[in-house]
Amino acid sequence: MLYREAGDFKTTYSEDSQTFPIFFDRMGYYVTLLLAFGLVPLFINDYWANAVFVPFLIYAIAAIGLNILVGFAGQVSLGTGGFMAVGAYSVYKLMTSFPDVPVLIHVLIAGAITAFVGVLFGLPSLRIKGFYLAVATLAAQFFLVWLFNKVPWFYNYSASGQITVPQSKMLGFYVTGAQTSASAKYLFCLVVLVFVAVVARNLTRGTMGRKWMAIRDMDIAAEIIGVNPLNAKLTAFAVSSFFIGIAGALFFAVYLGAAEVTEAFSIQKSFLILFMVIIGGLGSIFGSFAGAAFLVLLPVFLKNVLVGQLGWPTDLAAHLELMIVGALIVGFLIAEPHGMAQLWRLAKEKLRLWPFPH
Amino acid sequence: MPVSHAEEGYVTADGRQIGGTLMELRNITLRFGGVVAIKDISFDIHDGEIRAIIGPNGAGKSSMLNVISGFYIPTEGDVYFKKVKRGPMKPYEVARLGIARTFQNIALFDGMSVLDNIMTGRLTMIKSGLLSQAIWYGAAAREEYQHREKVERIIDFLEIQNIRKTPVGRLPYGLKKRVELARALAAEPKLLLLDEPMAGMNVEEKEDMSRFILDLNDEFGTTICLIEHDMGVVMDLSDRVVVMDYGRKIGDGTPDEVRNNQDVIDAYLGVAHD
Repeated sequence: MLYREAGDFKTTYSEDSQTFPIFFDRMGYYVTLLLAFGLVPLFINDYWANAVFVPFLIYAIAAIGLNILVGFAGQVSLGTGGFMAVGAYSVYKLMTSFPDVPVLIHVLIAGAITAFVGVLFGLPSLRIKGFYLAVATLAAQFFLVWLFNKVPWFYNYSASGQITVPQSKMLGFYVTGAQTSASAKYLFCLVVLVFVAVVARNLTRGTMGRKWMAIRDMDIAAEIIGVNPLNAKLTAFAVSSFFIGIAGALFFAVYLGAAEVTEAFSIQKSFLILFMVIIGGLGSIFGSFAGAAFLVLLPVFLKNVLVGQLGWPTDLAAHLELMIVGALIVGFLIAEPHGMAQLWRLAKEKLRLWPFPH
Repeated sequence: MPVSHAEEGYVTADGRQIGGTLMELRNITLRFGGVVAIKDISFDIHDGEIRAIIGPNGAGKSSMLNVISGFYIPTEGDVYFKKVKRGPMKPYEVARLGIARTFQNIALFDGMSVLDNIMTGRLTMIKSGLLSQAIWYGAAAREEYQHREKVERIIDFLEIQNIRKTPVGRLPYGLKKRVELARALAAEPKLLLLDEPMAGMNVEEKEDMSRFILDLNDEFGTTICLIEHDMGVVMDLSDRVVVMDYGRKIGDGTPDEVRNNQDVIDAYLGVAHD
């Protein structure tokens, strides 16, 4: 057998606490990275980039961000769409004000601005929990969308109320604007995603992650063991919003190109990303990837099958798609409330003993 | 009944030298609205001793422990730790003073592995910042491995090596109690508070737990204050015992003194009404 855990002995703590402790997992990770960076950009075309890869990469960033808040720190948030809008409008204002600075830096600054806004709206979490906090973040969602819709300064007084991304280059290639190639969009988002995923993993496997999970699992015990709840909750909001802001910036600048806040960053976006996190698996970085892939790919897949293969009318297929996705989500949550990450863990546990039951 | 022991320590019956006062509680009263949970209690805990608090149900033992651990702020009275008066503090600030505790009904982090649970005990000692942790390089990584080494020693001490990667939620009750003790120990506390460490255990588990408590007092010199209902355990383990009943202190002294105290006998066995 190629995949095995036996005989893989660790002699140092750094080996034991690495992200992929099993040799085969580690190799799988490197191969995936190699394929993602080396192979996919050679073959990617506009359809695959716009329908599958770029939305997957961006939603994965947002899902990782939300998972840190909901899955690791246990603070429910329905404001993801609003925070993505903060990222989008920040990057827009930055790009139009400082066109010479590389976009990547703008994207990171947009993340930082979102982190700040996230902390502001995270303040109520110090007093309220659960559903009540969800309602408070829902207020953030509606307030932020209203703000970007009503204050013309944010969209540079454009007549349509839309924001449109200016063209910009990095390393000699267009990364935003109409002339951007599919592979440039893909690679730009991929680089950011890898950065986000590595940072998220490092934070969650170490001290910060333990603080967050301690607060999530039992806040009173966490406090008595020495966790400052103010610090833990607000850093969770900051880090989470940082990632979500980056996702929002990319969603606008690289994926959409032009956006209108009530359409692109509505409450539906918040729910979509929350579903990704729940279906993928709360408290798992891998789960964020799985959830994003599932909810991005499923509609594309259904559309291809229903319209492409069966030849159904598009509007019928679109409605059916909603129903099927909804039913699948419900079915999924009944079958495995801990999401795809848990399913994956269970499958591995069973396979370890296979073909024996015990 | 005044405590006869000298301020600067004493020698126990089995010949161990006990240090000076580590914690002193002066005239503690704790009220919840009209209910008086603790009424004017004073006692002290010396450095290196095993101090027990006993009493019938509802006597206010757990409230007393919560006052010591800073979870409740006493309505009246003062708490002195290392001879310094302790003002009202947040629980996490008390943890930084070097006071750790376990809970009557286990308060572990169910979603985390045993190792992660115990590592949380060392959170107060970690200095590296968010950025260093984000790249897992330099100070953050170094600290992580240093603390891991300390935690592994505790894991060895409590003999839970084989479950270190198991999620705590899957463990049986007795092991959970042990992991909770490990988490409290990881903080290297000056004063360790144990709220009914043997509740719900069978005789073997109680023996194991008693051995751990004696060993850690002996090897690490940890001062222990515990609440326990099993009289046999309390009388065997502890150096001095405080007896509470209805929020008042009715006895204080060595196990032998307490056992022969008429008030204590009355509280436990009842009094004839004639």
